[in-house]
Amino acid sequence: MFKQARWNEPLIFNLGKAGRVGYSLPKVEDTVKKAVGDLNTLIPENMQRKKAPKLPELSEPEVVRHYMRLSEMNYGVDSGFYPLGSCTMKYNPKINETLASLPTIGMIHPNQDGSTVQGILEILYRLEGWLAELTGTDEVCLQPAAGAHGEFLGALIIRAYHKFNGETDKRREMLIPDSAHGTNPASAAMAGFNVVVVPSDEDGCVDVEALKAAVSEKTAGLMLTNPNTLGVFEKNIEEIAKIIHEAGGLLYYDGANLNPLLCKVRPGDMGFDIVHINIHKTFSTPHGGGGPGAGPVGVTRELCKFLPVPRIVFDGERYRLDYDRPYSVGKIRGFYGNVAVLLKAYAYILSMGAEGLKEAAEVSVLNANYVMHKLKSVRGLTLPYNSEKPRKHECVFSAKQLKNDTGISALNIAKRLLDYGVHAPTIYFPLIVEEALMIEPTETFEKEELDRFVEAIHKICEEAYVNPETVLKAPSNTAVQRLDEVKASHPKTMTLSWRMYLKKQNATNP
Amino acid sequence: MKRHGHPYIPNSQPEIKAEMMREIGINSTNELYADVPQKYHLKNPLNLPAEGLAEFEVKKHVENLLSKNKTCADMPVFLGAGCWPHYVPAAVKEIVQRSEFLTSYTPYQPEISQGMLQTLFEYQSMICELTAMDVANCSMYDWASALGEAARMASRVTKRNEILVPRIINPERLATLKVYTEPADIKISEIDYNRETGQLDLADLKNKISEKTAAVYIENPSYLGFIEEQIDEIARMAHTRGALLIVGVDPTSLGILRPPGDYGADIVIGEAQPLGNPMNFGGPLLGIFACRDDLNLVRQMPGRIIGLTTNVDGSQQGFCMTMQTREQHIRREKATSNICSNEALCAVASAVYMALLGPQGLRELGETIMCKANYAMRLLSRIGGVKVPVFKSAHFKEFTVNFDGVGASVKRMHERLLQTGIHGGKDVSREFPELGETALYCITEIHSQEEIELLAKTLESIVSKR
Ligand SMILES: Cc1ncc(COP(=O)(O)O)c(C=O)c1O
Repeated sequence: MFKQARWNEPLIFNLGKAGRVGYSLPKVEDTVKKAVGDLNTLIPENMQRKKAPKLPELSEPEVVRHYMRLSEMNYGVDSGFYPLGSCTMKYNPKINETLASLPTIGMIHPNQDGSTVQGILEILYRLEGWLAELTGTDEVCLQPAAGAHGEFLGALIIRAYHKFNGETDKRREMLIPDSAHGTNPASAAMAGFNVVVVPSDEDGCVDVEALKAAVSEKTAGLMLTNPNTLGVFEKNIEEIAKIIHEAGGLLYYDGANLNPLLCKVRPGDMGFDIVHINIHKTFSTPHGGGGPGAGPVGVTRELCKFLPVPRIVFDGERYRLDYDRPYSVGKIRGFYGNVAVLLKAYAYILSMGAEGLKEAAEVSVLNANYVMHKLKSVRGLTLPYNSEKPRKHECVFSAKQLKNDTGISALNIAKRLLDYGVHAPTIYFPLIVEEALMIEPTETFEKEELDRFVEAIHKICEEAYVNPETVLKAPSNTAVQRLDEVKASHPKTMTLSWRMYLKKQNATNP
Repeated sequence: MKRHGHPYIPNSQPEIKAEMMREIGINSTNELYADVPQKYHLKNPLNLPAEGLAEFEVKKHVENLLSKNKTCADMPVFLGAGCWPHYVPAAVKEIVQRSEFLTSYTPYQPEISQGMLQTLFEYQSMICELTAMDVANCSMYDWASALGEAARMASRVTKRNEILVPRIINPERLATLKVYTEPADIKISEIDYNRETGQLDLADLKNKISEKTAAVYIENPSYLGFIEEQIDEIARMAHTRGALLIVGVDPTSLGILRPPGDYGADIVIGEAQPLGNPMNFGGPLLGIFACRDDLNLVRQMPGRIIGLTTNVDGSQQGFCMTMQTREQHIRREKATSNICSNEALCAVASAVYMALLGPQGLRELGETIMCKANYAMRLLSRIGGVKVPVFKSAHFKEFTVNFDGVGASVKRMHERLLQTGIHGGKDVSREFPELGETALYCITEIHSQEEIELLAKTLESIVSKR
């Protein structure tokens, strides 16, 4: 069985020895030193650092070993199956890493003269074009750093649009389905909207009658994920778009689930006005333990004028950055976007071509339906919301029955899966499924790996009925056993830094 | 379809695909899209490269395009202004390419993600040491968005809605701040500066600060490179009025400059890109976000925070995400922020960087930068007609160069320099018209004496030929 490395690796603050160093900096030349003199005569007295920061003191090999060991106590897509629903944990091609670590991208400054950065501008410009084509929008902006950042920008564009039409004060409501990801309501609220929740129908899709009842002259827009977070295609999308547009609102597409639609169906064609793309999901760039990703936003022609500055423009000969956009919402971050991440997406699209992207979409759906089909027979699991309908790239099971029968919850299943060397699915999301297990296999895992996952789930649910203790005790093959997450957040025990740790220690044994 | 499928898609192999389809009872994957209305099925090929290229071809294509760029290895580049050229040690690059880190996601399952969690906890802890704060989150998108979030947080904590910022601030950062705060009805007011020294105009601060002020924001070193000296007075003024003090920092200065936690900062933000992350044409960057150990503050913090805990029976130490009830996936529209994916891997790079340098390295880094920058200032200030720096204050790694006395525009000087293979500083004359034809230059540890002297010599000859 799987055994993760367990190094009992101390905190870096407990390693090393006073006086040890792990760096070598370019020497300051003697002439330079002499000419400038003592820095403390330059730095105002009250701005001099008197006490050195309490950073660890280690040699380079100690630092490398420490972090190498820590990396061994981590699990990534390269380690094994990672069906974390909604996150599209697909394989991250190695060539993209090679390209993104070239000095010809790493060592260019964003404020360099246009004549010295034509290469990267060309790449970004072309990528914008490809993403616009793939989403069926007219222009794409690469600035957002992540999906949620793209949502925030989208909501700001909706705000700008209504302001442009003199309706800012009126259109304060953003409609969001109850199945939506938490970033949707959070982003809408950040952009100043009141969130109105729209319920789902028995198929898990937007309840059209409820939507009709919810729209009014106060409606700013609807934020929709399609396929939605159950992996179900919103069958009434045409009518939904009509309802929103007739009410004077805009339709926003959360692109977290774009993968199954690549080169098959385009959000723009379905009536979406604003679309964000999670580059780190659909376009294969690594998630990096939480980031960096990128969240480009595409819009229809009439919304282009609101996009953030600068825009990359091409006059047929040269690329340049254009800041002259009087209706622009402004800026949502420094510079132009997570360029190194975007470069990987560019290389990915080149490697795949339209044909490969379509194949990726179809196989991601095939894999999800295959796993779903095989899991339907697991005792204790059910597939809520029309179990006969095909799903797209992901499926959401409920462990409610199992929990009622055995006390084993979705969380327990997740923890036990880790013992099998499989990352757990997303759990307890979407909120409309009790004891949810949200499974997204992606197109980059082979059938054998899918079968192993299915078998592991079968075994765990059997175990739940005959020997629930083993499941409850899990995980035991990971670097640490089940952690106390309540303790981690309790005001009495909460320790968020080494400083706080020492402070707490000193308080208990002065 | 080709017989062998695509190299990234194992189940695109036709036999396997057929077998899987048989298993679920379909003849074509199109049946799985039957619920998508026909009118939305794409009929024509998209305007994209139709077929994928071979890996070799992709490499050649991208390398060719990128080779059109000129990098700071091809020419000395004296740009900073929010993204800085620093050396990234090989050991840092090695660790961030470890695929267990690189290809993992947010550590939702802490037991199998201890490596990332411990590394991020160490990053947070080292940022705390550097800034002299108690709590740091594990990353924001960048400095600019961190400022937007800090302003909103200050407004929530104090239940006030005005933020005072220095007039000398990066305009892109100010623009971002405005975009983040406008929907929350937060008013941004600028505090003037002393024309001689660049230091914050305390009389103007006194005039503008009120019972409505949620926070006073300062940057140290400032956007134009000088060190703000009146910190204790500014902190006192903010706190007597019940406002928070937010300080923005360049962490490479903190080995030698007094950390904001020492002068009363409630929230510290900044840009940690220089700690082990390449410039990458401006992204990804790494926003610092830290605050004092005060539950009223911590509960309002945006972003993910990693904490120390134990396993359930208390026998083993471990790490997990904490205070998640602040976050969007639980609190939804009432969350402290919408941030989900962040810049974790950049934080890993910075953790390794800080661990390699340690206290001595950070001091030496700060000294090296400041020494070289001040050397450059001295050389450039000797050129007739060139005023360096514009402000009579101490400068850390960036400084202003004014060409009014030369009678040439920054643009013109820049073009002439570029012709000789040197990339000058950023033109800030439109950002601060009152400063005339002024550029912002940056010197770090990567600039040699030779390059600095070459810059001075070239500028001098350009000036003398006029
Ligand atoms: C459905 C959905 N929407 C939005 C997001 C937010 O994207 P990001 O994490 O890139 O900010 C996610 C991410 O997990 C998601 O699953």
